[in-house]
Amino acid sequence: MTDDTLDPVLVVQDLDATFPNENGGLRALRGVSFSVTPRQFVCILGPSGSGKSTLLRVLAGVLKPTRGLVHFAGGIPRIGFVFQQSNLMPWRTVLDNITLPLELEGMNRESAYPRAQELIDLVGLQGFERAWPRDLSGGMAQRVAIARALVHDPDILLLDEPFGSLDALTRERMGSELLRIWQVRQKTVLMVTHSISEALYLSDQVLVLTQRPGSIKMRLNVELPRPRIEEMRYTADFGRQVRQLKDAIE
Amino acid sequence: MQLPKTQKSTPAPPHYPWTALASLATGLAAWWLVSRFSGLPAFILPSPGMVLNRFILALQDGSLLVHTVVTLEEISLGLLAGTLSATALGYLLAKSRLFERLLSPYLVAMQAIPIVAIAPLMVIWFGPGMFSKVLICALIVFFPVLVNTVVGVRAVPRSLHALMGSLRATRWQTLRLLELPASLPILLGGLRIGATLSVIGAVVGELVGANRGLGFLINVGRGQYDTALVFVAVFTLVALALALYSLVSFFEHRLLAWQEWRE
Ligand SMILES: Nc1ncnc2c1ncn2[C@@H]1O[C@H](COP(=O)(O)OP(=O)(O)O)[C@@H](O)[C@H]1O
Ligand SMILES: [Mg+2]
Repeated sequence: MTDDTLDPVLVVQDLDATFPNENGGLRALRGVSFSVTPRQFVCILGPSGSGKSTLLRVLAGVLKPTRGLVHFAGGIPRIGFVFQQSNLMPWRTVLDNITLPLELEGMNRESAYPRAQELIDLVGLQGFERAWPRDLSGGMAQRVAIARALVHDPDILLLDEPFGSLDALTRERMGSELLRIWQVRQKTVLMVTHSISEALYLSDQVLVLTQRPGSIKMRLNVELPRPRIEEMRYTADFGRQVRQLKDAIE
Repeated sequence: MQLPKTQKSTPAPPHYPWTALASLATGLAAWWLVSRFSGLPAFILPSPGMVLNRFILALQDGSLLVHTVVTLEEISLGLLAGTLSATALGYLLAKSRLFERLLSPYLVAMQAIPIVAIAPLMVIWFGPGMFSKVLICALIVFFPVLVNTVVGVRAVPRSLHALMGSLRATRWQTLRLLELPASLPILLGGLRIGATLSVIGAVVGELVGANRGLGFLINVGRGQYDTALVFVAVFTLVALALALYSLVSFFEHRLLAWQEWRE
């Protein structure tokens, strides 16, 4: 739910990101400001090249912004990042891919297994613990990526078109699964997506970016009740908001 | 998944023990026939039997073992030194464009030097002992390993670097858990080439000037018209090179199990 009385867990102020190039730099983000309250599910929409991935990379601390401020309440957060491609390490089995964030926190691999196994169960990949990434379908690999992003109990979950490579049916199923996981885990989520109805169905807040350089074109609070159910996708209210977002993007 | 696919582990050699044996036997028979009926003197072409006898003799008087161990030591030390220094420098080059720009003129120039041609120089400078051979081995191993290290480290996907960054991995963790395993196929490819080259390096060094080693044994055999001894030394070298190559291949197959394609 969007509850503006809660103190924001993340405040982004006047963010600029420019990539150096031959002709004076390529500006990907311009003056992006927004805030997110704890356990909010935020979706980011925008045309291709509008800087959505760049925004997530800045939030993840992987890319330094040229200007502006990213402030997390309570210091540097632990981050779970799901990339557009599953981005698994091909030399690690499914189980060992999932333990990676824990190993980076100093846990040894064997003692991370029970925890990783919980996540395997959560994303429904029992029986594939010892499989190599190359043997997984796109949807399975993406579920491993989601498990990996959740295993260290991050404060914030960043998802970059996590279902981009999936077919429509799998995509809807994964969306519902993500929603279920989110309800169990109660994370703050920022997710980039191309699908307007997916954004509405999943989130509390939708941000729409303009063409490059991306800035916030529209901010929409989604007032649909929780828990969300499939039928909501077909109500008039839902259709009206889809329309509204579509107009904003074009 | 965009993985470095260059120089990946060679597929295991096809296993046809019978055809391989038959082929070897044919070669041996041909050798025997030529040596028996061509009328060539033994100091030009000794028969297989003579070579075998010379082999047993060299084994019994202990000379073969002594010289083989010397050459093996030179090869191993040279390979180790060359690989370690080339991997370390290659990593720095791969990580720093500035460093690369500063060093690449020297590297290009050095790479153009045929190491074999400067082997005499090494012997002049560092004497006929083991050190000059180790140095030649290290030099000859250096470039293929260096190049493969740079290529391998550069080929690590940026998206995996971003993953490590988002998880706040330290430099050391990134090296150990990402860069090393991701570039391992290419690194081992370099090592495989290096292993073969280091055998050449050691022998060339010994031929130029040495008082021990299989190359020295070849020189002795040549000087005394003991051509069977030359054959024994050459076959021992072949065995050494094959053993080394198999060792690297063995590690490749053990370490790169994830890479092998399932049919
Ligand atoms: N590492 C980079 N170096 C240079 N330009 C980049 C880099 N990453 C992204 N860009 C550029 O920044 C713009 C925004 O990219 P991106 O954030 O990936 O957009 P989106 O995810 O919305 O499609 C694009 O024009 C892209 O080419
Ligand atoms: Mg993107």
